Amino acid sequence: MSVANRPVHRPLSPHLQIYKPQLTSMLSILHRATGIALAVGALYLAVWVMCAAASPQAYASFQGFNTSILGRFVLGGWLFSAFFHLCNGIRHLFWDAGYGFALKDAYRSGWIVVAVSLIATVLSWIVGLRLI
Amino acid sequence: MAEFTLPANSKVGVGETYKAPTGAKNIKNFKVYRWTPEDGKNPRIDTYEVDLDTCGPMILDALIKIKNETDSSLTFRRSCREGVCGSCAMNIDGTNTLACTKYISDVKGDIKVYPLPHMPVVKDLVPDLTVPYAQLASIEPWLKSTTQPPTRERIQSPEERAKLDGLWECILCFCCSTSCPSYWWQGERYLGPAILLQAYRWLADSRDEAKGERLDNLEDPFRLYRCHTIMNCTKTCPKSLNPAKAIAEIKKMLVERTI
Repeated sequence: MSVANRPVHRPLSPHLQIYKPQLTSMLSILHRATGIALAVGALYLAVWVMCAAASPQAYASFQGFNTSILGRFVLGGWLFSAFFHLCNGIRHLFWDAGYGFALKDAYRSGWIVVAVSLIATVLSWIVGLRLI
Repeated sequence: MAEFTLPANSKVGVGETYKAPTGAKNIKNFKVYRWTPEDGKNPRIDTYEVDLDTCGPMILDALIKIKNETDSSLTFRRSCREGVCGSCAMNIDGTNTLACTKYISDVKGDIKVYPLPHMPVVKDLVPDLTVPYAQLASIEPWLKSTTQPPTRERIQSPEERAKLDGLWECILCFCCSTSCPSYWWQGERYLGPAILLQAYRWLADSRDEAKGERLDNLEDPFRLYRCHTIMNCTKTCPKSLNPAKAIAEIKKMLVERTI
């Protein structure tokens, strides 16, 4: 078969592999990831409550995991997910109303969301420890 | 379902290195995506050493210099060399832009040049734009009217005309559409930022009389609503337009007509 008649299987040009990570796309994927984390975290909380209802031993062993390094990481991550998803959700509401689309505004609101959710995570963690 | 990795025939290998002429002092490495349908091989990255002392200031100048002096097989689209035709849209240093308006000096280190992302490759830096062009045709980008044509021009007030600013300047280079992850994963069903900005350009035109029909065609889970306001489109637009804003305005129009 001549070169001209041969069917061409065109390659797909690189995409995720080469596109520069930037605040716009990173916060977008983080919004989705924290949404998933919140759904899974809700199950985690449900298991926690079920342990409390089941027996003191079951509750104690779950609590043991919560206070381990990994447990704290999971709870801290869930807390950050909650605050980030909330703040970025509000950012999305402004967008849906047609505000904040200038690139400068989108970057400013993006960094504000990151800062506020980090601060809120740390503050509520400290407040939580004081209350115990 | 979105495929996050490249198919087997699209994996990129390492190609050849073309040295700059001896005596060149101000050398910049250009790492350029190469693929030809003729040899049945996978794409590769060729490295070209370019002497910037004998090269113009833009990325396009360097590509033309490579084609003229080093490797005539290097294939890319170009025409106006001043950012009004949109032909030389490509991925440079990780973002989509026009090679003719991007300064070499704006890139630190080696300059990586790829075709527009997630597109079938015709050859080297030339993507197959059949799908986006068909999508453009699908939104019927022309003035539609049902009333009797006037005997003179269709008059617009300065305010009505101003609504088209930021829309008419689009040169259809598809930098925005091919920067959009939603368009990567759903590109055959989601229209993408470039086409939706065009759709809004006609929705915003006071002379157009097909607003309802246009909105009907866009009211679709995929055609319009795959936009998740990622804003890569606005970030990358070489003409500093705002496709994300245009899409939001369409979404608002769809809400407003139901209330």
